[in-house]
Amino acid sequence: MANSMINTEPLKLTKDDFTSDQEPRWCPGCGDYSILAQMKKVLPELGIPKEKFVFVSGIGCSSRFPYYMDTYGFHSIHGRAAVLASGVKTANPDLKVFVITGDGDALSIGGNHFIHLCRRNIDITMVLFNNRIYGLTKGQYSPTSEKGKKTKSSPWGTLEAPFNPVQMAMASGASFVGRTIDRDPKHLADMLKRAAEHKGTAFVEVYQNCNIFNDGAFAQYTEQETKGDHVLQMEEGQPFIFGKNKDKVLNWNGDHFEISAFTAEKKPENPARHNPRSGNAAMEFLLSSLTYDDQFPTPFGVFRQLEQDTFEDLLVRQIEFVKQRKGPGDLNKLLQSGDSWMVE
Amino acid sequence: MAKKETQKLERVTIRFAGDSGDGMQLTGGQFTNTTALAGSDLITLPDYPAEIRAPAGTLFGVSGFQIQFSSQPVHTPGDMPDVLVAMNPAALKVNLAALRHNGIIIINSDAFQVKNLKLAAYEENPLENDSLKGYQVFPVQITELTREALKDSSLSMKEKDRCKNFFALGMTYWMFSHSMETTESWIKDKFASKPDLIDANLKALNAGYSYALSTEIFTTSYEVAKAYKEPGMYRNITGNEAIALGLIAAAHKSGKELFLGSYPITPASDILHELSKHRNHNVKTFQAEDEIAGIGTALGAAYAGSLAVTTTSGPGMALKTEFMGLAVMTELPLVIVNIQRGGPSTGLPTKTEQADLLQAVYGRNGEAPIPVIAAASPADCFMATFEACEIAFRVNSPVILLSDGYIANGAEPWKIPTAESLPEIKVEYATNPENYEPYKRDPQTLSRLHVLPGTPGFEHHVGGLEKDDSGNVSYVPDNHDRMIRLREAKIQKLADVLPQPEIFGAKEGDLLIISWGSTYGTIYTALDEILNRKTNKKIGWIHLRWINPLPKNLADYVSKFKKVLVPEINLGQLIKIIRSEYLVDAKGFNKVRGLPLSTSDLINAIDEELKG
Repeated sequence: MANSMINTEPLKLTKDDFTSDQEPRWCPGCGDYSILAQMKKVLPELGIPKEKFVFVSGIGCSSRFPYYMDTYGFHSIHGRAAVLASGVKTANPDLKVFVITGDGDALSIGGNHFIHLCRRNIDITMVLFNNRIYGLTKGQYSPTSEKGKKTKSSPWGTLEAPFNPVQMAMASGASFVGRTIDRDPKHLADMLKRAAEHKGTAFVEVYQNCNIFNDGAFAQYTEQETKGDHVLQMEEGQPFIFGKNKDKVLNWNGDHFEISAFTAEKKPENPARHNPRSGNAAMEFLLSSLTYDDQFPTPFGVFRQLEQDTFEDLLVRQIEFVKQRKGPGDLNKLLQSGDSWMVE
Repeated sequence: MAKKETQKLERVTIRFAGDSGDGMQLTGGQFTNTTALAGSDLITLPDYPAEIRAPAGTLFGVSGFQIQFSSQPVHTPGDMPDVLVAMNPAALKVNLAALRHNGIIIINSDAFQVKNLKLAAYEENPLENDSLKGYQVFPVQITELTREALKDSSLSMKEKDRCKNFFALGMTYWMFSHSMETTESWIKDKFASKPDLIDANLKALNAGYSYALSTEIFTTSYEVAKAYKEPGMYRNITGNEAIALGLIAAAHKSGKELFLGSYPITPASDILHELSKHRNHNVKTFQAEDEIAGIGTALGAAYAGSLAVTTTSGPGMALKTEFMGLAVMTELPLVIVNIQRGGPSTGLPTKTEQADLLQAVYGRNGEAPIPVIAAASPADCFMATFEACEIAFRVNSPVILLSDGYIANGAEPWKIPTAESLPEIKVEYATNPENYEPYKRDPQTLSRLHVLPGTPGFEHHVGGLEKDDSGNVSYVPDNHDRMIRLREAKIQKLADVLPQPEIFGAKEGDLLIISWGSTYGTIYTALDEILNRKTNKKIGWIHLRWINPLPKNLADYVSKFKKVLVPEINLGQLIKIIRSEYLVDAKGFNKVRGLPLSTSDLINAIDEELKG
């Protein structure tokens, strides 16, 4: 390949290097803009040459994302981004592969692929733009819409319970699982970076506002007067402190969560502390269960971060193992294997 | 010892039949390998039920394996067996109708007990009335004789009884003057870690052979001379094995890693099994969560630079359809292998049918042309696969390779090519990053110039939305019209470089037969017989290898014959294409019985056409 003329200096990249010449066509005010901006900010920090990045998406508003990145991009078909990305990464583990997807794309039509990506632990960073609505088809309920939600396709309210994406990802075996929100750019950038740096399937759910069809779906986590009581920022090694004045703590009493005061005068003696690296499935499940529960704050941050072998590394190792056992592949030997005979 | 004579035969068709747990496929496979090594030409036809272990003794649980071998070239597994080995009443009942008049039946008489007779819906024991009149019947107490031979073995009675197929195989080895050597060494290899089983199976095999040699009921053994074959190294090969080897060979010759994304499905799974053994050839097999993921991972691998393949059968093809459209749109090299089976829906999973030609040529939303190639025989699967890979890379396009259950599981001798004799497969990428446009085309092939992700300076986008040359989404009406036409022209242009099929027989005249895929052997045999009669009718035959695009010489031939006949194992799929392309009043010959066409039926159909 005649690449010698190109002088890429990956470590000095800036966000502009990742900006494509395509004008984003999302609605003004869409949460997608924030994710795009933070992604462009984070990529130069990863120390990976620009040409190694591949963004794969499915169908939906979020899935236009690759067009706006000046990287290799593959805009595929509905629900199948995880599949395409799995093939890309397995074929060439040297690439840095992202999946950009939405709640309909990943959890409805692509639900099967989502759980199997997590199960295989292929080193792919999957960013789920969760706006709890179908935007591109103009406002039907999605698999993450709250039960009873009124939409174009559910004028009398939905009858279905929503999926809990982080819980699904953990149940399916993803080795990194986090949650963040479009209106908190700092946290969003931090989550994207940590997910991208993780080796293995990294899943980040981004609460993303659709200001056209589901405006304010996550307002309780962004408005000054409510966010303190509704947002629980999980910090590794720290108690689960929240509240406008950081004066409450979530604690596990052995049976259920309870909320106690956390002030200079009054705090629990031995509060539960967050440990995303414990692999403690019970605690992961309980924390992620707080998602749709109005009695409790919703957890943000890293739910799980485990070091595990990736599928593609195991495959490469197996290929090396078989080469040692059987010798490198010799085509003539293979063609002549089995019972062969000579006709003179 | 009884006096025995040996009779020379030109060709023999033998069918082994028993319960699906009786090991009939294994028995047939061993008989085939031995026959091949003895130098006969041959073709096999396994015929087994979809149920893995159907209730013992039932009619629907009968599993069969047929082989025709000859000192002359063989192109079909034979219409009517000369010999039937029936391990139980159900096997007899299911297969008797196919047997040639005065054919030989070797029967395990121990299995003809009340319970089995009832399961096979026999009101009377056929061994005790005259219902088998007109056949040469040899009832042998195979179960008892196997137990007797293994009386010193430490195996349980159940395990001993499982050796009875080797006893039956031993008998047929004597009957056809075969050596036991190949099977003996196979047994030793297969059960290397289980000396008890080696011992028991060898004993059963030898006991069967000795019994046939010494018993008075068999007076004649047969011998089929070696067939003439071009000099060279040969092996026996099934269609599915040939596809697996063809893929690995194409990977070597293109310098690519082979990536297979696949979901298990009958009758295609053997390709996945075979490929997954060969990791040392840099084969990456990916057993996907479903058919869609099978093709999707393969397309991802194609994009990243592998020789990418997905394998399936009809129902899986249906599921892969949308991804095929994406492969057309993104113009990436991808080989899609469809081992056709009886349809629609689940249909007949283990039976053969030319079920999916129209689906392959047309079955996608939008204008989505894909080259389609069909293999003609088990051994032909190797080169058909290799060619499919070549073309996929040549024009950066998905290519559909059609095989079917018959040639996938059937076997024949294959002259093994050397790696050196296979052509190199050229794979080209764009090399100039200045103004690189992903949908700019090579004027010769009209292929777009792909660049692998990871190449600096060529960052670009592909996807399912319509694009202009730059890779940007375009809704411009004229651009869409132009791209649609370019994608179609790219495929049709292939007809300039693909080898034209040869016409067999007359080049003009009364009847032109046009066919594709696995009917090759039957048509060859039927025409051979008709032409041997010294008919004054002029018959020509073209067997299509590429069905999309159609060969350039076909229009000319179609116009030079009074009639056109298209035999197919479906209700007429190629014929629809022929009629619409060439505006000719072609007739079909169609049987959709889950079986290859029968030679005699086809001869009748051709004769009928010639009459009118």
